[in-house]
Amino acid sequence: MSSNVMVLVEAEAGGVTDATVELIGKARELATAWGGAVEAVVLGPGEVGTGLGGADTVVRVEHPGLATYLPEAYENTLAELLVTRSPRLLMLANSTVGLDLGAALAVAWDAELVAYVVGLQTEGTTAVATAQILGGKILAEVGMAAERGVVTVVPGSFPAALGRVAGEPELVTVDAPGSLGSLRMRLERLVTPEGGDVDITAAPMLVSVGRGVGSADNIELAQEMADYLGATVSSSRPVVDAGWMPKSRQVGKSGLTVTPRAYLAFGISGAPEHLEGMRDSELIIACNTDENAPIFDVAHYGTTTDLFELLPALTGRLGG
Amino acid sequence: MRIVVPMKAVPDLVEEIEITADGTGIDREYLKFVLNEWDDQALEEALLVKEATGAEVVALGLGSDPDIDASLYTAIAKGADRAVRLTGAGEVPDTATRARAVAGYLRDHPADLVITGVQAPDDLDGQLPATLGALLGHPHVSVVVSVALVTDPPEPPAVRVRQEFAGGRAAELVVDLPAVIGLQAARQAPRYAPISRIRQVMAAGGIEQVDPGLAPGSATGASGLAVRRMHAPEKTSHAQMLTGSADEVAGQIVDLLRSRGLVKG
Repeated sequence: MSSNVMVLVEAEAGGVTDATVELIGKARELATAWGGAVEAVVLGPGEVGTGLGGADTVVRVEHPGLATYLPEAYENTLAELLVTRSPRLLMLANSTVGLDLGAALAVAWDAELVAYVVGLQTEGTTAVATAQILGGKILAEVGMAAERGVVTVVPGSFPAALGRVAGEPELVTVDAPGSLGSLRMRLERLVTPEGGDVDITAAPMLVSVGRGVGSADNIELAQEMADYLGATVSSSRPVVDAGWMPKSRQVGKSGLTVTPRAYLAFGISGAPEHLEGMRDSELIIACNTDENAPIFDVAHYGTTTDLFELLPALTGRLGG
Repeated sequence: MRIVVPMKAVPDLVEEIEITADGTGIDREYLKFVLNEWDDQALEEALLVKEATGAEVVALGLGSDPDIDASLYTAIAKGADRAVRLTGAGEVPDTATRARAVAGYLRDHPADLVITGVQAPDDLDGQLPATLGALLGHPHVSVVVSVALVTDPPEPPAVRVRQEFAGGRAAELVVDLPAVIGLQAARQAPRYAPISRIRQVMAAGGIEQVDPGLAPGSATGASGLAVRRMHAPEKTSHAQMLTGSADEVAGQIVDLLRSRGLVKG
């Protein structure tokens, strides 16, 4: 076992993701406390890209089968790297990739895993992880004392500035595992975002509805108010999953990130996945009958007024 | 084809959640439990695959989950062929233990396809689909929004799944069976089972009970995490609350928007 902290690098069109840079910053802090190094793992051929200056080592596996994310290929490659490089801790973002790989690698590598991590500190050789569970209502503090650990970290939990530093990491190239030739899944095609009827990321004002709206028919109340306000209607994930709104209107982790001038949330409790997509809006006003709803922790103004009374009242005030 | 849908009861997040006296867990005594919403989506997708292929759908629950029987009967009322309640996984199993119980069952009753919710709100030690996939040695994919049996070519048997990423990006993968799928959302909203139909199913009974024995797991992970304490998050900020009648609150909101030039007049 080493005292190193390994980070899986995720990239998108613009380079290394913010979530990755946040992980590297935190990994830097942990590795310094443990006297180890930060190893950033880059899978696939092509440019390494900038943004990894905070790492001591960049571990490359250049196999063409890793050019595009494929769960089994990534899992097999990382499983082998964990054994050969033996870090103290593996850090993944709690993204689709983290959901695929985190728990599986913890089983394969025989490590303890904490999911939904929002805080991470050292206490001697122990890592103390704070995880956000039950829709953001509870924080659980977990001592990770085992020799090997995996954490999946909620994006936005650590400042990216700590990871965005200049540096010249040592480049190490490693062979891909032979198992990449006999995978049991293959990528058929990549799907780019559906062109929706509107682009909610460009709307200056959003009226966003959540599960509390109750039914597809009730969305009309929000639409009417939004029409008078000159705003666009968006929604949280459960509303899209229920088929009440198209996917193109979804705000949050598995939808779109928005930063309108005003975000009016109706019947949205504020699960962490939703907050991730709207917390940087200039003005947030939330309406939810549960006064303890987490949405009120990020909203500037809030009310527990019933949305079925408030929406028509707003429409009336706006001239309806 | 046989599809198994592991389902979990989770605390209803609408309820206030209390911490136990020792501060290391949530107080489950007075808590209302509901079916994990992602498992409801998983069941719906499994039923859609059944309609397309004639597959058998087995709803699977852990007997220690509060009110799981109601979810299992509802699953039958919606179209699942069978419901199975597993015992022997302890009182409050973590994901690792839950996965070992499900893997134990699948060892004796193999499935071609496992479809379960991508996550649950309380799976602190990781999510079931990836844990189960790794324990079984099956390929697994999470954050999936559609599953269809590949009919051409027929060998080896495989499913085509759509996996979602942030920002609306997605990938279509072909995955050989047997496989484990972590479902984010079904292709259509979960169907509704009339209460009368659920009562009918309940009266007929028929949940099979199985003590599978736990499949071997990871030595470190299976014993549970060392939770030091649980607590509600400290509020670093809180919305300024607007009060009054609905009309008064509406007036205050319009004033806020007007002061920022977002409402004319």
